[in-house]
Amino acid sequence: MSSAKNQAERIKEISGVNPLKCMKCGKCSATCPAFNEMDIKPHQFVSYVLNGDIDALANSKSLWKCLSCFACVERCPRDVQPGRLIDAARQLVIRQKGQTGLAPEEIPELLDEDLPQQLLMSAFRRYRR
Amino acid sequence: MQRIGVFVCHCGSNIAATVDVKKVVEMVAMEPGVVHAEDYQYMCSEAGQAKIAEAVKEKNLTGIVVCSCSPRMHENTFRTAAKRAGINPYMVEIANIREHCSWIHKNVEEATEKAVILARAAIAKVNLNAPLFPGESRVTKRALVIGGGIAGIQTALDIADAGYEVDIVEKTPSIGGRMSQLDKTFPTLDCSACILTPKMVEAAAHEKITIYTYSEVEKVSGFVGDFTVDIRKKARSVDANKCTGCGVCQEKCPSKKAPSEFNRGLNTRSAIYTPFAQAIPNVPVIDRDACIKFKTGKCGVCEKVCQAGAIDYTQQDEIVTQKYGAIVVATGFDTIKLDNYDEYAYNQSKDVITSLELERIMNAAGPTKGHLERLSDGKHPHEIVFVQCVGSRCSDNRGKSYCSKICCMYTAKHAMLIRDKYPDVNVTVFYIDVRTPGKNFDEFYRRAVEEYGVNYVKGQVGKVIPQPNGKLLVQGSDLLDNKQIFKEADMVVLATAIEPEASVRQIATMLTASIDTNNFLTEAHPKLRPVESPTAGVFLSGVCQGPKDIPETVAQAGAAAVKAIGLLAKDKLTTNPCTAKADELMCNGCSTCANVCPYGAISYEEKEVNDHGIRETRRIAVVNNALCQGCGACTVTCPSGAMDLQGFSNRQIIAEVDAICR
Amino acid sequence: MSINNEEFRPKIVAFCCNWCSYAGADLAGSSRLAYPADVKIIRVPCSCRVNPMFILRAFEKGADGVIICGCHPGDCHYSTGNYYARRRMTLLFSMLDYMGVENGRTRVEWVSAAEGVKFSQTMNEFVEKIHSLGENVRLGDLRCKN
Repeated sequence: MSSAKNQAERIKEISGVNPLKCMKCGKCSATCPAFNEMDIKPHQFVSYVLNGDIDALANSKSLWKCLSCFACVERCPRDVQPGRLIDAARQLVIRQKGQTGLAPEEIPELLDEDLPQQLLMSAFRRYRR
Repeated sequence: MQRIGVFVCHCGSNIAATVDVKKVVEMVAMEPGVVHAEDYQYMCSEAGQAKIAEAVKEKNLTGIVVCSCSPRMHENTFRTAAKRAGINPYMVEIANIREHCSWIHKNVEEATEKAVILARAAIAKVNLNAPLFPGESRVTKRALVIGGGIAGIQTALDIADAGYEVDIVEKTPSIGGRMSQLDKTFPTLDCSACILTPKMVEAAAHEKITIYTYSEVEKVSGFVGDFTVDIRKKARSVDANKCTGCGVCQEKCPSKKAPSEFNRGLNTRSAIYTPFAQAIPNVPVIDRDACIKFKTGKCGVCEKVCQAGAIDYTQQDEIVTQKYGAIVVATGFDTIKLDNYDEYAYNQSKDVITSLELERIMNAAGPTKGHLERLSDGKHPHEIVFVQCVGSRCSDNRGKSYCSKICCMYTAKHAMLIRDKYPDVNVTVFYIDVRTPGKNFDEFYRRAVEEYGVNYVKGQVGKVIPQPNGKLLVQGSDLLDNKQIFKEADMVVLATAIEPEASVRQIATMLTASIDTNNFLTEAHPKLRPVESPTAGVFLSGVCQGPKDIPETVAQAGAAAVKAIGLLAKDKLTTNPCTAKADELMCNGCSTCANVCPYGAISYEEKEVNDHGIRETRRIAVVNNALCQGCGACTVTCPSGAMDLQGFSNRQIIAEVDAICR
Repeated sequence: MSINNEEFRPKIVAFCCNWCSYAGADLAGSSRLAYPADVKIIRVPCSCRVNPMFILRAFEKGADGVIICGCHPGDCHYSTGNYYARRRMTLLFSMLDYMGVENGRTRVEWVSAAEGVKFSQTMNEFVEKIHSLGENVRLGDLRCKN
C-alpha cells in the first residue's frame, strides 16, 4: 500500500500536477480524441492518482492509447492537466521496466519530411523523459 | 512614568491553546511601568471589561495594554471600556496575539515568546502615549449613489424615504441597469420590467432624489461626512427641459447602424436614441460617434423634426460639484469577454450566444421581438444546448476563480421558459454542479427537470464546432454514463461568468476604497460589516461587492441605505484625534509638508515663539485637525523633524522597534 | 555571533499599513496561513508613515530584516501615501545596500486587505531569504550585543 502511495507521489512529482485542484467537471474527457479507445477515461485518471490506485493505471490500455495531444491540458479550467498525469504514469512504467525510451540522438534518424512535427513531439513526450 | 495594566485574553482556546497565557502575564509584569497584569477567558466580555475598570480603580492605572485579537476587531470595545473607567481612550494599546500569533503558529514556546514580545512593544508604546481628544466634523445631509441599477435605485429610494437628499449618478442614458435587460426573473418568473419600472418611476418622481444619467463621477475629495464630488454630465446634445420624449427624432434619424448596447449588440439603434422604451429619463442622447451631423456636418434631421426645439448640437459636458455625507457604490457587473474561450466558438458562430443575449432574444422588446430564433438564419431551433460555468470556477488565467452564483438558476429558468413556450425544442444542460441554495430555488430547478423535461447532463462541453450545414456540433462528456456525447445543436447558450463593471476600478481609486484581486470591492468585515467599505462613509450595494441575485441585491441595497442613513442622521462626527502636529520650536516654515499633504490640511501662520528666551516671529506650519486624516506623510517629509503624528509618534514607533529587537 | 544557521533565529520587523496590509495579516491569521514567528508586525497608519529612521533604528538594534507592506499602488487609503513610501524606500535601500545591508534584507511589498495568502507567502519567502543571508552584522550598535 505504501509503495502505491509512493508511486502516486512520484507521479505528482514528475508531472508537477496537483490532482486536488480537480473539480470533476469532465471537460478533459469531453474532447479527448482517444476517449473510445480508453478503459480509464482522462477524468478518471485524476481520481485514480488521487486514490493511489496506480497499479490499475499502469495496467490500463489508456496509458498507451493517450495521444499526448494535450487537448485536456489546454482546456482544463482548473489547470489540473490530466495529460501530464498520464505522461508521468507512462514514464513511471517505462522506468520500472528499465527502459529509457527514445533518446534525443535517435530523433534525426527518424525524421521524415512527410512526418508531422506534432507526431514527433508527441512521440517524444510519450517515450522519452 | 505611566502606571500600566496589562490584560491578557485567552479568547476561549483561540489564544490559550498556542500561547501560554500565564507565562505572558508573568513576563510582562516585570516590564517597566507595568503595575498590574492578569489574564482572563474573554477580555471583550462584560466581565472582562469590568476587570479593566476594577484594576483602573484599584491600581490607579494611567495606561492599558490588552493582549487579544486584532485592534481592527476590538480596539473600540476596549477604548470605550477605558473611557467608562475614567481613562482617556487613547491610552489603550492592543497587542495582537491572536491573528498575528496564536492562529498562525503551532509551537507553544515560539508563540508564547512572540506574544511576550508583541506585548512588550505595546507596553513600550503606551509608556509614551498621551491623552488625545477627538474633535468634531459636520455631516452633509446628502448621499451619492454611484450606479442606477436595481441596487442603486433601491438604496436611493430607501435613503430618500428616510428624508435625506440623494443623487444617483448613472453612466448610461437611463437608469435600470442589468435588471432592465432581463426578460423574466427566477424563481417566480415575474416579468423583470414589470417589477423594475415602477421602482424607476418612483425614484424619478421622488422629491428627494436627483438623477444624473449619462454622467460619471470624475473626482472625489474629502472624507466621511464631508465628501466633495465632481460629476461630469456628458453632453446629451438634447435639452432635457424642452424634450417631450415623443420619439420622432429616433424614428427619423437616418443613421441606424450603431450596435445597440441595450440589446448586447444583437441589433442596431439610431444615432439619437434612448436605450429602451421605458427609459428614465425619457430623453434621448446623440451618440456623437455615430451621428452624421457630428461626423460630416451635414444632416440635422433630428433638429428639423423636433417640434420642441430640444436638439442642441453645441451642448458641452457640464461639471456639477456637490457635497455629500455618504457615498454608496452600486456599479454592478458585466459578463466577461469570451475571447479566451475559442473552444465554444462564440466569435465564430452567431448561434452561440451568452445567457444575457438569450435574455434579450426572449424579451418581447428584444431584437427578435421575443421569438426564439437562430440569429444566423432566423430559423426556429429544435435542439438547444446550455453550457454552465463558462469562465466561472476557472483557476487558469482565462476565466474567474469564483462561482458566479446566478448562472445555475437563470439557466434553469431559460430551459424552463423555452420548454414551456416551445415544447418541440429539446433542451440539454451540461453542468458541473447545480448550485441552488435559496428560497424555493432547488424546487425551481427540480421543476425544470421533472415537469418540463429539461435534460441535465453531468459533464462539461469541451468543444463546439460549427458545421457546414449551419448546425453546431457540441462535444461534451457525460460523467455519470462515462461516455462522450456528440450532439448536433441549433443553438448553444453559454452561462458566462460575471465580473465587476470595468469602471469600478477607477471609482474605487477615487474613493480610496479597497478592491480585491477580482475587482470586487472589499467589505470592512466579511461577516459583521458586509455592506461597508473599510473607507469610512463609503457603502457597498449589489454585485460590486460580490456575485448576487436580485433578492440579495435588494436586501443589500437596503442594508447599505440603513448604514448611510445612520451616518446622515448624525449632526456631528467625532474625528480621529491621531493627527499631525508641528513642533513650533523646530519648524522652519519650509512648506515641504504642505506639498505632500493629500488633504491640504497644512497652512502656515506667522507666530511669535519663545525659543530658549529668544522671542521672535516665525513662519510655522499649522495642521487643521478637521482635515488631517493622520496618514503621516508630512512627518517623514519634514526635514527638521518638527512634524509628528499623535498616537503614532516617532518616539512611540521607535519604542516599539526597540522592544521587538531587544 | 552565530554562524550556525540552524540556531539562527532572525529578528524581522514588518511595518504594515492599517488599511490594507495589517488587515491582510489579520486575514492570514484568521485563515490560519502560517508564517514564521520571527516576523513581528508594527501597525502604522500608512506605509508613508514609515520614517527611514525607524528602519535604521531597527538595524541598529539588531534586526536582520525589515519589510514594509502597504496598499497596492492606486489603492492607498490616503490616495498617495504608498507612492511616497516607494520612492523613499528605493533611495534608502540603495543607500543601505551601499553600507553593507544587503538588498535582500529590506523589502517593500503591496498586500491588500483581501490578500491573506499573499501576506503569508511574502513573509515565508522573506524569512527564508533572511535565513540564507544569515545574521546582519552591519549597522548594529555594539552596545546592544551581549
